[in-house]
Amino acid sequence: MMRLPAFTYRAPRTVGDAVLWLAESPTDTMLVAGGTDLLPNMKRRQQTPKTVIGLKGIAELTGIRASGHLSIGAGTTLTALVNSADVRSRCLGLWQSAAQIATPHLRNMGTLGGNLCLDTRCTYYDQTEEWREAIGYCMKKDGTTCWVATSSKRCLAVSSTDTAPMLLALGATVTLVSAKGTREVAVADLYNNDGMQYLTRRADELLTSIDIPDQTGWASTYWKLRRRGSFDFPVGAAAIALKRDAGGRVELARVVLGAVASQPMPSPKAEAILVGQVLSDDVIAAAAEAAYDVAKPMDNTDFELVWRKKMVRTLVTNALRELRGDDMRAVRMSLAKQVL
Amino acid sequence: MGVIGRPRRRTDGRAKVTGQTKFADDIMLPRTVHCRLLRSPHPHAKIISIDTSRAAAHPGVLLVLTGKEFPIPYGVLPVSHDEHALCNDKVRHVGDPVAAVIARTETIAGDAIKLIDVVYEPLKTIATPEESLATAEPRIHEYGDDGNIHKAVAMQFGDVDAAIAGADHVFDDIFFFEGNTHLPLEQHATVALKDPEGKLLVYSSTQTPHYLHRALAKTLSIPAAHIRVIATPNGGGFGGKSDPFNHEIVVAKAALMLDRPVKIALNREEVFYCHRGRHPVQMRFRAGVNNDGTFTGLDLQTLLDGGAYGSYGVASTFYTGALQTVTYEIPTYRFRGCRVFTNKPACGPKRGHGTPQARFGQEVQIDKIAEKLNLDPADMRLKIVAPPNSLTANFMKIGTIGLAECVRKVVERSDWKNKHRKLPYGHGVGIACSSYLSGAGLPINWNDLPHSGVQLKLDRSGGVTAFCGATEIGQGSDDVLVACVAEVLGLETYDIRAVTGDTDLTPVDLGSYSSRVTLMMGNAAIQAAERARELLAEGVSAKLNIPKDRLVFADKRVFDSQDPNNGCTFQEAIVFAEAKFGTLGTTGSYTPPRPPAKYKGGGVGPTPTYSYTAAIVEVEVDPETGWLTVPKVWIGHDIGRALNPTLVRGQVEGSVYMGLGEALMEESAFRRLPARLSNALVHKFPSILEYKSPTSLDMPEIFTDLIEHPDPAGPFGAKEVGQGPLLPIMPAICNAVYDAVSVRVDEIPCTPEKILKALQDKAAGKPARHGPKSFPDIKWPETLHVTPPWEGGDGRASNEPERKKRTAEAGIEVKAGITIARDNA
Repeated sequence: MMRLPAFTYRAPRTVGDAVLWLAESPTDTMLVAGGTDLLPNMKRRQQTPKTVIGLKGIAELTGIRASGHLSIGAGTTLTALVNSADVRSRCLGLWQSAAQIATPHLRNMGTLGGNLCLDTRCTYYDQTEEWREAIGYCMKKDGTTCWVATSSKRCLAVSSTDTAPMLLALGATVTLVSAKGTREVAVADLYNNDGMQYLTRRADELLTSIDIPDQTGWASTYWKLRRRGSFDFPVGAAAIALKRDAGGRVELARVVLGAVASQPMPSPKAEAILVGQVLSDDVIAAAAEAAYDVAKPMDNTDFELVWRKKMVRTLVTNALRELRGDDMRAVRMSLAKQVL
Repeated sequence: MGVIGRPRRRTDGRAKVTGQTKFADDIMLPRTVHCRLLRSPHPHAKIISIDTSRAAAHPGVLLVLTGKEFPIPYGVLPVSHDEHALCNDKVRHVGDPVAAVIARTETIAGDAIKLIDVVYEPLKTIATPEESLATAEPRIHEYGDDGNIHKAVAMQFGDVDAAIAGADHVFDDIFFFEGNTHLPLEQHATVALKDPEGKLLVYSSTQTPHYLHRALAKTLSIPAAHIRVIATPNGGGFGGKSDPFNHEIVVAKAALMLDRPVKIALNREEVFYCHRGRHPVQMRFRAGVNNDGTFTGLDLQTLLDGGAYGSYGVASTFYTGALQTVTYEIPTYRFRGCRVFTNKPACGPKRGHGTPQARFGQEVQIDKIAEKLNLDPADMRLKIVAPPNSLTANFMKIGTIGLAECVRKVVERSDWKNKHRKLPYGHGVGIACSSYLSGAGLPINWNDLPHSGVQLKLDRSGGVTAFCGATEIGQGSDDVLVACVAEVLGLETYDIRAVTGDTDLTPVDLGSYSSRVTLMMGNAAIQAAERARELLAEGVSAKLNIPKDRLVFADKRVFDSQDPNNGCTFQEAIVFAEAKFGTLGTTGSYTPPRPPAKYKGGGVGPTPTYSYTAAIVEVEVDPETGWLTVPKVWIGHDIGRALNPTLVRGQVEGSVYMGLGEALMEESAFRRLPARLSNALVHKFPSILEYKSPTSLDMPEIFTDLIEHPDPAGPFGAKEVGQGPLLPIMPAICNAVYDAVSVRVDEIPCTPEKILKALQDKAAGKPARHGPKSFPDIKWPETLHVTPPWEGGDGRASNEPERKKRTAEAGIEVKAGITIARDNA
């Protein structure tokens, strides 16, 4: 089997210890929660930290607290998130995104914080060291060229988190704690469109919690594209949250695409088209078209990129129709292979 | 029947569900050391030098091996001994092993292989069949028919050109079937050691311990009798563990040198490099068809992308053309097949071995024919089903054939008549059929020996042990073995112990491939059991004074059929017989009948009996996106007789699963980087995550019908079920897509992108089809001309080239009871 490289493992019991230890040597230390992302990457030598700080023993990182807003510990497992009635009733879109991550086994281990910090993915990068040697490595690790587009100055690896686009659409913030202090960052500001520097989190910071504002008056939905009903990372996604008045007129809209760039990709144009309108077929079509324009899928994951880009239109359309109240269950089942 | 035909828990089921089955990777012996292989990062390169000194000096390393330790080549077919356990002079694909490190731990071995310095001189990379055909030099191998053509064959049965020219319609269609891989959950693993006597003992996850046994004897130059191979239960095989593999030979050698158990457990990427999966095949079908749907002739060309080694490839090539005529009546036939070498992992036998690709083309073409002739595709097939107990144009002997009943069954169950061409746009149904061998009629290593042997030990405790070389790969062969013996002796399967897949203890069975085990081992088991029953009957008859022909073996007793109370227990019967005859043991063996095809190439395709399958698939296609889902599958399989219906249904449903994967998503895709920047040619995604295979959520509802008309050739009438039911799924899906949205995808896999492209082409007024547009020009060898049986042919070609006289039997000598494998390259 594939073996992990040697590393020092440290297991703090408190956030305070964790960030203190992290501050000792932030650039060659990594944090591990469920391990479903980092450990396979380490086996493939994509990431080779000298020190790994395990977060599983930090009780304060877990738990879902619901008052007006929803506060979720970063160490909460995806299974716990999916099993939470509060999450499901208050932000259905988040529940749908979490329920479609990987497989039940992986959700048992994987955490919400881990999914937000998920390494960007690429079929030239998510390979063993031997495979990467055979292509002369790539820009993201040990090489200089981005094989996805050899003239590209930046790494084009794809953002593959399901929860980030949805949390962005829900207007969520995260708390980042370091030995120097604590800061709140909007999920919208947590990411860069760069496959290597995809997080604005500093290396010495620990993401401790996710805060979702009161969703009263909002409705949200998440539509994911992948080849199979389970296991696969997204290759396209629409995360949409709308606030509407009693007449169904959109007051506020957030439209965010997943897996079509190195970061979750909002479509302000689509949002602008929706605001002030009721969800007529024409409005939906115009919003879908605007979102389509934003999507820049690359040849670095499953499916052909031209088709993937086209599917963005379909995903946004389906999401908006569902929010409008159309019966989308059959379409949902056809795409997701599960009831959502 | 007490056991046969009853749905039962399989004999190895308890061990499997309670985690007690010991797979090769579960074997952990004291003093075990671990092996890792250094693999080539180049697709095609000369090895200039290898410096192992740094690796050898690494703490914890016990041994470093390179190709010079393995000068003797091997391969599963006698005509393709083209592999070395570690590459000697050149590497032929990314992942070809060049050196091995054996160390105290797997981690140390993995670290140490990186300390081996290899200097390569890259050679021109050949990535596609078109490049192979156009590139005579450099040759990937120094043997083969011409340049990088491994094998090219041409044969004709009757005047096919005249027959096609004289038909009411001529159909000329081109198809492509992309390669894919087996994806067993268990990754290959091997443990080798010296046994207490100093002889070599190898545990391995192999489907073919006999062929591994031979390859070890040859490459290590040790008498086969001094090597013991134990096939551990395989966590899935599907053809991917039927070749002898380099890692098996390497750890065997290392164990002998170190006198310690040496273990290797491949990772998933390495399994992709072992490969031997489905060949990518381009096909051209020219068919002459009359207005009533009957064929006048078929002219088939196939081009196989073989990858870097021979493997079973010569057989695979013939198989692409072998089974067309045993499914449907085709009075004249020409087949031309060509396999080329490319710098990719070797293709080989995956479930269906060479036949699914051409089956796909044929079944889709028939769908097109039916539409053009305004025939119902199910009715058309019923009209042209091959006749039972007949000889085909290419001298394949058909026994029983339940195909028409399979078709009728699925037509009825699926409500086909109310669905086909009648469902709303976006919904469709498609039908396809298939046939498959119940074991190859001829052995790989040409000889007159049995293909399967079974020994029974009956002991005075009342126990019966059945010994057979067959390998349990999850298909249920152990269960078939004990069921056949139990049925004959009137016992339950629980009363019989199976000892299988052990070259020291068990008589040879050629292995778990070719859908051969149930038929061949089953027949051998019945023979052994009948011989045992005879001995027991003699003993009981003498002791209890009952005429032998009145004795019944049932309910674990032996008794007088005219006075059931007069008898004895099975154990008493053994005691009576053992007292009379001494220690009891019997043997049974099975050799298939000699096939009537005598022409060169006619050895691929014959079988004691063919299985038949028909399937109807219902699909939903979103015309906006091409998104394709499969809600329902109806499948009827001509099983002859289901020995254990639970296992048979499992095989059918497993085949549907695997067929769906091939049809919808699986592909052995490769990445070639821009030539100005890199020479690389790599498997696009050698991982179980990114190589897409369906999950349980993607499975349709399956309605399985077993058609049971016992075939005289099979044990209790049984035919194969391991492979045949896979074959109709892929064409049925493409036919259903056409029924749903009126576009043809003449290519596997049939993905949403391809469907959408075809829909867009159609909307733009272009042909409503996605698929290959041309078939490459191939310089075919002289065509063998064989006169069909109904024109007085004798099974030989009129222009057969002089065959080399075989000196004894290739590859095996029998001297004083010791089997010695020798070089038969």
